[in-house]
Amino acid sequence: MRGLAQSYREALARLRVQALLDPDSFSEWVDPAQRVTSPHLAALEAPVSFDDGVIVGQGLLYAHPVILIAQEGQFNGGAVGEVHGAKIRGALLRAVRDKPSAVLLCIDSGGVRLHEANAGLIAISEIMRALFAVQEAGIPVIALIGGTCGAFGGMGIVARLCDVIIISEEGRIGLSGPEVIETVKGVEEFDSRDRALVWRITGGKIRRTLGEATLLVDDDIAAFSAAAGEEVGARPRFFKKRRLTPAISLQTLQAAQQQLSARAELDAEIRDGQVLWSRMGLGDQVSLMSPEQFNRRLEALES
Amino acid sequence: MRPGKQTLLNRLFPEGHAITQEGLVLRGWGGTKQGRVHVIGTTDHAAIDTRIALALSDAVLKAIAADGSDPRPIVFIADTQGQALSRREELLGLHGYFAHLARCVNLARQQGHRLVTLIDGEAVSGGFLAFGLLADCIVALPGAEVRVMDLRAMARITRIPFERLTELAQTSPVFAPGAENYWRMGGIQALWTETEDWSEQLLALLQGNPEDERARLGAERGGRMLADLVAQQVFHAH
Repeated sequence: MRGLAQSYREALARLRVQALLDPDSFSEWVDPAQRVTSPHLAALEAPVSFDDGVIVGQGLLYAHPVILIAQEGQFNGGAVGEVHGAKIRGALLRAVRDKPSAVLLCIDSGGVRLHEANAGLIAISEIMRALFAVQEAGIPVIALIGGTCGAFGGMGIVARLCDVIIISEEGRIGLSGPEVIETVKGVEEFDSRDRALVWRITGGKIRRTLGEATLLVDDDIAAFSAAAGEEVGARPRFFKKRRLTPAISLQTLQAAQQQLSARAELDAEIRDGQVLWSRMGLGDQVSLMSPEQFNRRLEALES
Repeated sequence: MRPGKQTLLNRLFPEGHAITQEGLVLRGWGGTKQGRVHVIGTTDHAAIDTRIALALSDAVLKAIAADGSDPRPIVFIADTQGQALSRREELLGLHGYFAHLARCVNLARQQGHRLVTLIDGEAVSGGFLAFGLLADCIVALPGAEVRVMDLRAMARITRIPFERLTELAQTSPVFAPGAENYWRMGGIQALWTETEDWSEQLLALLQGNPEDERARLGAERGGRMLADLVAQQVFHAH
């Protein structure tokens, strides 16, 4: 499949998995044939999915062994329930044992699944702890974000715990979705129907600008695959990339504390990504820049 | 400080304490029979924004730096209505501030600090995920409310009638608010009652296993039968 232009955003998770990895290299754990579904959705007479909305398994990325976790945004918004969360946690714990070159985490999720909210909340906390264990074992976790649901709620936090975030312009990361903010705080605070505004607040370009993502890529599965391949050392690097989280120590976290404090001190005018881009000298045409142009402009500004 | 919080601190630390409130953040130390512990938390149902998250992570980092090779326990007081809802906070990347806080908490664990969370008031969703829910041991105090979302809002979003949700909540711990539900699912280790000696109970929690045993506990207590099982299936799959 590689080389064929194929929208990451439009693809279902199963197609993403096949197209991200080397052909026929993927093997799934607890696959749909085993029908491990959510009893909690069934109790509410809501539709279930035979994979509970997440695919976990192992495969090869440019011949490097990886563990891959892919959420299906088209099933309940990729939301995390008990089984869904347990599959992710199991795959992360397995990474600690099997020591693959990397874990690829294809996040496409609004966060906790409300039908089983308590189980989902605890599951996300368990995923956070398992993810720390993977990193402590020296295995990088690479987040791929470009689906329709983005990475929100607890999965927004999980995304930011990863070592690397590869995101498309259409990808979004945040905590509270725009609809929630609009419902509670009013349309003057956040007009969720203003799609351009939504992308200037949580989209791939503003996340990369703030250093909340490592690389912007085209909405093309092959572009995500190539960028992840660079991270496992299987391909030469086209862009100098920083890790989101250098090896965690008191010193690195103190440095991060200072950076985040400086950002929080930005003046109150900063309520729209465009204000930041204008001040950085990127003008008002950022939305027209290709990912490559955008990455190069930002790298030039950062060096 | 709110009188209720003062009473709580007096009950927890009869040996004395020095805990100050700045904004909605509490920080300081509490005395126990085994020596001082760090106390870090929030009060008045705080909506956690970037500034509160930064104050909490700062307090955790300072506790780690101060103790060096002799890590003391950290007692978190969780009282949060969830994350702040604001366009500016989202733009700044509030999720990233929460992730940073989580990382600081995890570093404290790695460095050997025992982490105990006491829920006093409410613990909701993102504000709870960021620090309180990451502790080694979590306790709900009497009257504590733990939830992701109340049932009416849940009914609106899931399009399941409120009456049906209320009825199902009688038998299932899986979605309805309540500290007891979280206890059954292994997310909360203990529920304290009004008449117990909280200082003695806290003392007993200051040692223990830092491993994440919540999924196994949830199965033992019958509230979460699949979390551990399915994780094991994935772990051992061929």
